[in-house]
Amino acid sequence: MKQLVILGAGTAGTIVANRLHRELNDDWRVTIVDPAPRHLYQPGLLFLPFGARDEAKMERPRQATLDGGVRWVQEAVRTVDTEGRRVELSDGRHLRYDQLVLASGSRIRPEETEGLTGSHWHRSAHDFYTLGGARALRQALAEFRGGRLVVNVVEMPIKCPVAPLEFLFLADAFFTRRGIRDRVELVYATPLDGAFTKPMASKLLGSMLEEKGIEVVPEFSTGEVDGDGRVLRSWDEREVPYDLLVSIPTHMGADFIEASDLGDELAFVPTEPHTLRAKGHPDVFVLGDATDLPSSKAGSVAHFQAEVLADNILRAIRGEDLEEGFDGHANCFIESGHGKGLLIDFNYDTEPLPGHYPLPWVGPFPLLKESRRNHWGKLAFRWAYWNLLLPARPMPVPHRMSMLGKRGAAQAAA
Amino acid sequence: MTVRTLAGHEVEVNDEGFLTDSSEWSPDVAEALAAEEGLAPLSERHWTVLSYCREDAAEKGEAPGLRRISKNSGVGMKELYKLFPDGPGKLAAKVAGLPKPKACI
Repeated sequence: MKQLVILGAGTAGTIVANRLHRELNDDWRVTIVDPAPRHLYQPGLLFLPFGARDEAKMERPRQATLDGGVRWVQEAVRTVDTEGRRVELSDGRHLRYDQLVLASGSRIRPEETEGLTGSHWHRSAHDFYTLGGARALRQALAEFRGGRLVVNVVEMPIKCPVAPLEFLFLADAFFTRRGIRDRVELVYATPLDGAFTKPMASKLLGSMLEEKGIEVVPEFSTGEVDGDGRVLRSWDEREVPYDLLVSIPTHMGADFIEASDLGDELAFVPTEPHTLRAKGHPDVFVLGDATDLPSSKAGSVAHFQAEVLADNILRAIRGEDLEEGFDGHANCFIESGHGKGLLIDFNYDTEPLPGHYPLPWVGPFPLLKESRRNHWGKLAFRWAYWNLLLPARPMPVPHRMSMLGKRGAAQAAA
Repeated sequence: MTVRTLAGHEVEVNDEGFLTDSSEWSPDVAEALAAEEGLAPLSERHWTVLSYCREDAAEKGEAPGLRRISKNSGVGMKELYKLFPDGPGKLAAKVAGLPKPKACI
């Protein structure tokens, strides 16, 4: 029997497993490897620090997210041997593969920054990219009576590049609601030269930060954190003091990628940008946060990539040429606080532009513009995630980005 | 794109002053570029960084990002900022005659 092995059962791996299990014939067995017993709905982490209490809805037992015929191996991976085409698990077992999918994601590595972890970690210095971190931050925010709250991106790339901005917008609304906004300084220290990676969205988001009285410290590359003195220090020796730090630490790929020498300096896997095959490894495909691609590390990207990747594995198995189907497409709801949100849609070549999504001119969601509908879209997305996206049922959105009805397209193409 | 003369060599540069063809680079050109960035004269440690960047770019087809340089060149992050104060990733690539690193874009 032929073996398709998928490493990692997050958004990307789960979609690929469910879809290929249905589409591959009986000669193939689909195995997915992930040590965690539950699947976490990561977009929910953003709301937890501001008091969201529906934690139970954020997780589901892993087995419930996988089609009956998919074999789940609940074990960590030690190494991948691409010569021998086998995966070594941490209990010493081996899995042989004919086609391998790396969907092992990214995770925060606060220990990469001097002084970030220590006795102040999850007390005065926090993250919201883990369930434990988001819970600790919820308590810290509830107890915060005023002072300087600094959100700091240590280095790029990070998962969900808009999340730090959303956090600031929600913090502004949260402190306003509690009547202490005038006692809180909100600061955003970022290694980028502005609010976001893409010019037009950066301008809009930058002016939103300004309107909300949020100070931006650009081109700040964090070198170390002095937890006792509560100061961030950049490599070029600038200082940003804080009372409460919300850190978005360095992100890296899985340990086994490093151990198998399959990754770059951040353990992200060099990947062909349009076919999603691992560079130099014809039997290995990569998607989601695990790649080194300049597309966003976001669930929408994992979803669009999953469609291209699944098609290409079927092609590879049939001995056909791969399709250069992935265009870098991402779209992200951005919570802007006070029950409103924005939606942005972009790819490798085109930055976010105004327009409508998913239907040109119709929507229902306006692009690059604040609206209540976008906020409700973000909340409603959780249902779609569990019931349509993960089971790989048809979603009413195409994986390639559309330029129809977008304004400013001519300028962007010029 | 403009053609300019650096240390007696004609080289083509883009809007941001990066060489468009890294084969037009030479150590003299590097010294001239470094002088414009206020980095001259280049020390032995500068050259350790520049040599690593050129070797890595020849192998990978793109200029290494800052983290990659600090991990592999033998020059740590703190020293990189001392050697190239206004953004080591960008400046090292520029003086080494390479395109702007992807991570800076």
